[in-house]
Amino acid sequence: MAQRIPTRLGDGSLVEMTRAEVEADLHAGVEVAARRAKVAPLADDEIAHLLDIFTSPARFSAVDYGDEVVLSFDGAGNADTGLPVMEQVLYQNHHGADMVELWHHDYSYKAVRTVLSFQAQMMKDAQLQTVVPLNYGAMPDLGRYSQPDGPAPNWSELLPLGRIEEARRAQEEAAGHLEHDMLVVAETMIAAGADGLDFDTAGAAGDADLLATLRVVRQIRDRWPDIGVEVGQAAELVLGMHGELEFEGRRLAGMWPLDQLRAVTAAGATIFGPAVNVNTTKSLAWNTARACALVKPVTAESTIPVHMNAGMGVGGVPMSPYPPVDATSRASRALVDILKLDGL
Amino acid sequence: MASTHALASGMGGMRTAGDLVARMQITRGMRLQQAKQHVADRLGCSVLDLSDTIAMHDLRRDFGLGRIQVQDLTYPDEPGAIEAKFHIAETLDVPVNSVECFKRHAGLG
Repeated sequence: MAQRIPTRLGDGSLVEMTRAEVEADLHAGVEVAARRAKVAPLADDEIAHLLDIFTSPARFSAVDYGDEVVLSFDGAGNADTGLPVMEQVLYQNHHGADMVELWHHDYSYKAVRTVLSFQAQMMKDAQLQTVVPLNYGAMPDLGRYSQPDGPAPNWSELLPLGRIEEARRAQEEAAGHLEHDMLVVAETMIAAGADGLDFDTAGAAGDADLLATLRVVRQIRDRWPDIGVEVGQAAELVLGMHGELEFEGRRLAGMWPLDQLRAVTAAGATIFGPAVNVNTTKSLAWNTARACALVKPVTAESTIPVHMNAGMGVGGVPMSPYPPVDATSRASRALVDILKLDGL
Repeated sequence: MASTHALASGMGGMRTAGDLVARMQITRGMRLQQAKQHVADRLGCSVLDLSDTIAMHDLRRDFGLGRIQVQDLTYPDEPGAIEAKFHIAETLDVPVNSVECFKRHAGLG
């Protein structure tokens, strides 16, 4: 009888699988990615390496000497102390963070606008107390600008009614408001000493969300050439909530990670963060193999650093408030080893 | 999760040269190997040294790049935080925004 190896599902639950079952899941995850995103499958030696990682009986897994990458830690800090500036120092000193990020607990540029002077003061104070690069981050979060929370008509209500053109105009109106807010926050944070801006989960509300982000990235690059810009995606596929929006002649809806990278690079970002969501019912091996196959073309082509999102529910890390160490370390190592990432 | 990533694949932050390599990435958009090589060249060490806490503890002292206070070690006579970032900007030959703001506000030219 084949030995059963402890491993995890995407929700973090512990399961036991045989080596053959793990190998089958690796191939299945890659096959799904290749079929949906038209990417090349992983090579045999890459599958073999993933198999070694996911069938190891060790509780922890790590990259080889010299293969360490930069950890940018978007959303640095746990907010458990109630001391946002001190959280940055804690992550710097206690968590080995290579870069940290100040943020507001309502992680949205629209919400930040209402408390911007206080957030900017925190940035100034935090810069005096930290050595590692310190960014400011939030979500573009376009949906905040739709009624009843925002000024634009609600496209999620219009679309089911077949009022497509009205829904498109509403998203364009909302995108204008979002661009304005993101640029004001960027301007203020840069004046307070920020090393960079992070636009986290860009595209979460679809192609208009991403377009607003790219336009702001371009403006930041033009006005402040030495300021860092990180764009972290919301998902592996850009949703076409609008469907007709383009950036520099390229349609945003339906973009997979490689085309996302090209758009983000063209806009002038200095770090790209691809995101691949976890299927909670599939194994850690399936999820990580799928993520690797989807992002492999990105790191092969990129001219800017690629920091893959590897938090709860993305990049193979289980969807859990406390992702297990065995699973997280395996996903962390697998992504770095297979993708030759620049960071996480 | 943060600690797990740090142990599994991270450079080590201020205990090593992780923050210095990160600064070349975020400011100059350098990919990892290029950023590591740039930092190693500026510090006159090997790329492997950059992730080594023992090597970097001394190098950070020599270049005034800031070190983390731990239980039995304090550095009151060494550059800390914003002071260290002045040295980082000079050592890596890269502008640091908070340093430029500090100079402007302090009237340092």
